[in-house]
Amino acid sequence: MMGKKLVKSIREAIILSGLKDGMSVSFHHHLRNGDYTLNMVMDEIADMGIKNLTLNASSLFDTHASLEKHIRSGVIRKINTNYMSAGLGHRISEGLMEEPVDFRTHGGRPRDISLGITPIDVAFIAAPAADCAGNCSGKYGPSACGSLGYAFPDAMYAQKVIVITDCLMPYPLKGWSIPEIYVDYVVTVDAIGNPQGIVSGTTRITRDPVGLLMAETAVKVIQHSGLLKDGFSFQTGAGGASLAAARFLMDLMLKDNIKGSFASGGITGYLVDMLEKGCFESLMDVQCFDLKAVESIRKNPAHQEISAMQYASPAAKSAVVDQLDVVILGATEVDTEFNVNVHTDSNGRIMGGSGGHSDTAAGAKLSMIIAPLFRARLPIVTDRVSCISTPGRDIDVLVTQRGVAVNPKNEELILRLKDAGLPVMDIRELKQIAENITGIPNKHVHSGRPVANVIYRDGTQIDTIYSMI
Amino acid sequence: MRRSMLFLPGNTPNIIVNGEILGADSVILDLEDAVAPAEKDSARILVRNALKYMGFGKCEVIVRINSIDTPEWKKDLDTIIPQKPGMIMPPKVSCADDVKQIDAYITELEEKLGLENNSVGLIPLIETALGIENAFQIASASKRVRAIFLGGEDLTADLRCKRTKEGNEIHYARCRMVCAARAANVDVYDTPFTDVNDDEGLYTDAQYAKSLGFTGKAAISPRHVKGINEVFSPTKQDIDYAYEVMETIRFAKEQGKGAVALRGKMIDAPIVMRAEQTIAMAEALGMGRSV
Repeated sequence: MMGKKLVKSIREAIILSGLKDGMSVSFHHHLRNGDYTLNMVMDEIADMGIKNLTLNASSLFDTHASLEKHIRSGVIRKINTNYMSAGLGHRISEGLMEEPVDFRTHGGRPRDISLGITPIDVAFIAAPAADCAGNCSGKYGPSACGSLGYAFPDAMYAQKVIVITDCLMPYPLKGWSIPEIYVDYVVTVDAIGNPQGIVSGTTRITRDPVGLLMAETAVKVIQHSGLLKDGFSFQTGAGGASLAAARFLMDLMLKDNIKGSFASGGITGYLVDMLEKGCFESLMDVQCFDLKAVESIRKNPAHQEISAMQYASPAAKSAVVDQLDVVILGATEVDTEFNVNVHTDSNGRIMGGSGGHSDTAAGAKLSMIIAPLFRARLPIVTDRVSCISTPGRDIDVLVTQRGVAVNPKNEELILRLKDAGLPVMDIRELKQIAENITGIPNKHVHSGRPVANVIYRDGTQIDTIYSMI
Repeated sequence: MRRSMLFLPGNTPNIIVNGEILGADSVILDLEDAVAPAEKDSARILVRNALKYMGFGKCEVIVRINSIDTPEWKKDLDTIIPQKPGMIMPPKVSCADDVKQIDAYITELEEKLGLENNSVGLIPLIETALGIENAFQIASASKRVRAIFLGGEDLTADLRCKRTKEGNEIHYARCRMVCAARAANVDVYDTPFTDVNDDEGLYTDAQYAKSLGFTGKAAISPRHVKGINEVFSPTKQDIDYAYEVMETIRFAKEQGKGAVALRGKMIDAPIVMRAEQTIAMAEALGMGRSV
């Protein structure tokens, strides 16, 4: 069987997989905006005349905006994803698809795949390195992306699995991530992606003084939360202010000689620095964001790859997010009930998605949003967010440049932060400050036609996104 | 109290709107060098509206207008003075007559608008060789002058020498500025340190300026504000010593003694004056004495 897995072309693999009209295909997003694979495969499928497919992609970036033609021609009927950048997102908001997109979370997607709610017929797994039997990894090869965490549920639960690689290595591939037992076919191509778009050379902390100020405040919140002690666990994103917070946190942990347990999620060079300096015992990596993280996961056994299920699935017997002490998250809008929007801009147009937002907010003991009080001329704190991505019950603190709002449910934290001299304010006060400067913006008007469903990590629909007029 | 003065371009609403939270004692809303000629009018309107509608909290607002050899300066004042700015910074001031000309026009506007006379202060920016030589006359040209400010970049161009991090080329100008300001009994501010990535260089430069007698220093990057504030704030030791001086003086008075010494050093009038200044600054900063 082993030798027969290696096929000559993507088309041959598709034919052998038995893909037919109306089936579902899946892709991971570890190649991010440098990905060639999804477009390559969908173009081939369209050329073969297969239509009416469900596309299940863990995320979609601007490089995938050309999917529009496959939607218009009927090749793609339905999209399930966890994140969609503005390139395709704006088109969806304009009413490109008849059937609404289903947005899930990074934990909700593997949950629904594993429970058979969103079955996958054929999974296409772009692999930076693979052998002829399908053992594959993201750690090696010219398109190395590090962890392949989001591809695990696809490999484990799809009816057929096709590994696509631009770096075929001798069998057995050393240090594989996804083992051959799940893989049906292997295809080699010239390039699965553009390395420059896959991971950043470096991710840099912000130089924006407002971002730095918010990062400093965020670290003070952590410092006085009572959670920063030996065994501490932490997650943050790759945004400029979040990275700055990680850097300031490292300085504090080194100064106070605090030995944390782990940092998780999307991993950047800053978290690698924290691991190497002894701030954490290990990194739990579902996705690498920069070259330093890729190099680290390749070389350092304390830097561990985890699957999307282990990261955040509510259907797993346990998950990393449930062990988190603190997570720092972003927002496009926050409302006075602490509900957070990361799916749409303030005009209601799709430009993002939950990713792991709702999962980590639900799991962590302290979920903190860092967001400026206004962007351009729009206030970020509003009466009601344009879309609820993460419910306010899971958010503890909002850090802005003008003050810190604590969810009133967390009385002890309010007292702790006030005692520490932090500028604690009622969230409605922050909203007022923002509106005093920006004025109250007009509400956007939508057509009433749903273009996307926002599905919370437990499978319930938490909000609906409508097409824009 | 003004340790740090942070320049903010007058045509950048997203920066101005956050001006008060960047840690500077004063922000300078700039209508001059930071604004391209084509944007002078929009910057003027934006700064006017910022003064009119925004509160800057405890942060003082200074507006740098265009120099008097341009057609812009009167338009700047026409637009800005009605918003009652605390302080105007005229650039390229080279002699007392420059100050008097601006003073006269502001007085005219104050009268026209029914504002209190001399309510608007001036911090002339001295950045020419002639200005340096006339520093004392500039500093004492009008009651409006609250401080003078050294502009090192334009000055070195005028001196036809290279601006360096070490600053040897402006050493004379710095000393002359401090002397002139103190003689005229006004404050004096040092030129910004222009390498925004060199925190250590900023610290060294600010410490040097403080050692010469400058009241504070300007910054072109918010990154430098913290360092400047730190250097120009009294240290714990300074504060403790100041309190000791004042207590020693009080004790000597109670005992009817004329001359008094602290730690073997005679306490004279300048030491008392410095101690009073240190305590006043510490109180303004909310810094207490060690317990």
